[in-house]
Amino acid sequence: MPLPPHLRRLEAEAIAILRETLASFRAPALLYSIGKDSSVLLHLAQKAFAPAAIPFPLLHIATGWDFAEMLAFRDRRAAELGAHLLVHTNPDGLARGISPITHGSRLHMDTMGTEALKQALDLHAIDAAIGGARRDEEKSRAKERIFSPRTQGHAWDPRSQRPEFWTLFNTSLGPGETMRVFPLSDWTELDIWTYIAAEGIPVVPLYFAAPRPVLRRAGALIVRDDDRMPLAPGETPETLWVRFRTMGDWPLTGAHESRAATPAQILAELAIARTSERHGRLIDHDQDAAMERKKREGYF
Amino acid sequence: MPQKPLLRLLTCGAVDDGKSTLIGRLLHDAGLIAEDTLATLAGDSRRHGTTGADVDLALLTDGLEAERQQGITIDVAWRYFATPARHFILADCPGHPQHTRNMATGAARADLAILLVDARAGLLPQTYRHAAICALFGIRHLVVGINKLDLLDFDQAVFERIAAEARAMAAALAIPHLAAIPHLVVIPLSARHGDNVAHPSARIPWYAGPTLLHHLETITIDETATEKPFRFPIQWVNRRDETFRGLAGTVASGRIALGDPVTVATSGATAPLARILGPGGDQPEAQDGDAVTLVVAAPLDCARGDLLAPPTARPNVADQFAAHLLWTDDAPLLPGRQYRMRLGTTWTTASVTTIKHRLDPQTQAHEAATTLSANEIGLCTLAAATPLAFDAYATNRATGAFILVNRDTNRTAAAGMIAHPLRRATNIHPEAYPVDKQARGVALRQRPLVLWFTGLSASGKTTVAKLVEQHLYHAGCHTFALDGDNLRHGLNRDLGFTPRDRVENIRRAGEVAKLMVEAGLIVLASFISPYRAERRLVREMLAPGEFVEIFMDTPLDLCAARDPKGLYARARRGEIPNFTGINSPYEPPESPDLTLDGQSPPETLARQVLAHILPRITGEA
Ligand SMILES: Nc1nc2c(ncn2[C@@H]2O[C@H](COP(=O)(O)OP(=O)(O)O)[C@@H](O)[C@H]2O)c(=O)[nH]1
Repeated sequence: MPLPPHLRRLEAEAIAILRETLASFRAPALLYSIGKDSSVLLHLAQKAFAPAAIPFPLLHIATGWDFAEMLAFRDRRAAELGAHLLVHTNPDGLARGISPITHGSRLHMDTMGTEALKQALDLHAIDAAIGGARRDEEKSRAKERIFSPRTQGHAWDPRSQRPEFWTLFNTSLGPGETMRVFPLSDWTELDIWTYIAAEGIPVVPLYFAAPRPVLRRAGALIVRDDDRMPLAPGETPETLWVRFRTMGDWPLTGAHESRAATPAQILAELAIARTSERHGRLIDHDQDAAMERKKREGYF
Repeated sequence: MPQKPLLRLLTCGAVDDGKSTLIGRLLHDAGLIAEDTLATLAGDSRRHGTTGADVDLALLTDGLEAERQQGITIDVAWRYFATPARHFILADCPGHPQHTRNMATGAARADLAILLVDARAGLLPQTYRHAAICALFGIRHLVVGINKLDLLDFDQAVFERIAAEARAMAAALAIPHLAAIPHLVVIPLSARHGDNVAHPSARIPWYAGPTLLHHLETITIDETATEKPFRFPIQWVNRRDETFRGLAGTVASGRIALGDPVTVATSGATAPLARILGPGGDQPEAQDGDAVTLVVAAPLDCARGDLLAPPTARPNVADQFAAHLLWTDDAPLLPGRQYRMRLGTTWTTASVTTIKHRLDPQTQAHEAATTLSANEIGLCTLAAATPLAFDAYATNRATGAFILVNRDTNRTAAAGMIAHPLRRATNIHPEAYPVDKQARGVALRQRPLVLWFTGLSASGKTTVAKLVEQHLYHAGCHTFALDGDNLRHGLNRDLGFTPRDRVENIRRAGEVAKLMVEAGLIVLASFISPYRAERRLVREMLAPGEFVEIFMDTPLDLCAARDPKGLYARARRGEIPNFTGINSPYEPPESPDLTLDGQSPPETLARQVLAHILPRITGEA
């Protein structure tokens, strides 16, 4: 399937952003979340630097609550690509036994997500972190620049962003500052799936519908990946055909019922979808402006 | 039916003209808002909305907490939508004058602008300002939407009157060196109720033209970038191994095919193209917008920052040029100060040499100006540290645009559009003389240096410099002393003490010191030189190691007590404006070569200086 013209354009622009990052920073890394957007980023990075190999490491922040299938997929892809994979988990949070089930989603994500990311960036002295965030995901993301600097403490100041003119990105950093780079800023969820379908990009099987063991929690369908989530007395998981629209920690990510088992079927499903992508994310409903708060504090 | 190419557009206009509402309406009526987003919106509307019981569609785009609380748009929000006919990337831009730089962020990459006007208010100053910025950034398609006609019973007479004013505004847009906006369409609207947005309105029977959405779906943006000469800024050199060297980058304009010769613009070196690698592997040709890796058939000396062009259609190469600047930094422009400059993939330093005029975007009057503040536009001449390859912005948006960056804060200081190279820059080549600095230094048996004394007035700079010079003289060195007062009586007679004049004062002093170093001398320069940036400028004019920064660290109170010329007393009475330390800042050096404690006796300090520099003069260090 040939790429539609607008996607060919977006592909070229993303490749240019990846090259710009490599040429402008001392130690870039690609934040690999194992989701579909990361998979597309990885594919674009292969193209950007071909025939050379991807010249920077992949960084995965493991929270301890990733789906087992995600971790297996991650290791397989890194090996296939011969990529340098860095995995980091917040040791302090691990020691404190932070869990989304006992401590709630907010403390869990702050500790095992945001804190862990900052630790990893400092630990590996990464000065540019490339992420797969898209502006169409959420309102505060819609405002973010493609090259977005962070202070020494990894904070984002949305009220005084540098203007960003043409593709003349201002890649300058002061001491201790770091850059976040978003090559997929201008892509939509539909673009991502169209691209995955056209290019045959491997993604985690959880995106495709299959019969899975499901619990109903706070109106969401939770796929119980292991027995750390206690069952109510008399409760048994029901088996439903479900799939995921986004990837995240399994107790915090809602599935939806679906029979879409191929990228083409997902595209057909999306064409008539009436809910937004982040609907299944329990963490975003925490509070008004939840995402903006998290981003100001250093969340990706 | 094949899709039209991607359309990048922005919405602009004064605050409250209905931009956010229009976008919300456009997305809503095109069926592009998800149900859960609508539900969130209903909640937000009750909290922050302005539309009573109705869902406030404006809240769809105001994404920052501060924006929702204040009910205004601060920064650009990007929206993505598609209809069967076309994909759109829309920048929803803020209307407030103090957020103009964010509006310009949206304008820089757009092909088309929707300029909204509140029919009750007509064209406002901000309408003119935004139209001018659209023209400045080279947008060729303007849609003026006359909004809120529901509040005026869709009165045709009002529409016709404002439409006529809008046409007059567009016709009068005349920014020197830039073409006026050639394509203008005026559409009557009610964003809030959806009339003429995605659906034609029965309430506007007198209008026969297209709806806004139909117009956006069908308009053809002249794709002339492909017909322009080939331009390829090298972004990154891919050296996989000894057998592969590829020049990676994005084609900025034109097209190129295998076998075509390419020339490095600044050096003239040429080689034919052997391979073009695209996202899908080898390809026979490439055109504007393509991200490719080029392999040339012969060794070609080039690197990131170089521009490739056809040997027969080369860009300008010059280190001085005229350009429009939209100033975006909170710190105002200081002519003479060095900024980092990015043009294509090149980074260099540049300074503004003159401001020809400031442009009033509303009346387009040319005003005399000595500086530009945030959100102001001016036509300036600039001098870069290295020769640059470029085209005029009016002929090529990709190779005629640049940014300036504040070196102290790293903030983006300006967006620039090049008007033309300066004649003098293309015709003057520095003369190389056979007897050079080294040769003269050998003859004088010393290594030339600049001892740069910086510090407050009456801190003791000149006193110590004079002592050091006497010692050097007795040691057989060839010296020359420069100070603020003696230069200000001659060379710098025309300069005062405003920030701008201080910058120029130091620049000239630096140039004089540099000539003396070329002559092989030890220069003792005593200048208050209050700004770090200008001291750095002088340091960078000289070769590494030739600039010795000596900080006279004397407390302000002590200087004021000494007050040999009675200046502090007068400044404190308010009789001297811009007096350093009193009502004008002094920025102490962050890492001087030498710090002198101004409370010690001058002879002690002079010996400290000698101990530091004598080994360097004799070449022992
Ligand atoms: N009656 C009416 N009100 C409108 C229309 N368009 C916008 N408004 C109102 O005008 C106000 C400002 O709109 P907004 O979209 O926030 O303006 P912005 O500052 O340009 O983004 C809001 O109260 C809107 O509800 C319209 O076509 N008709």
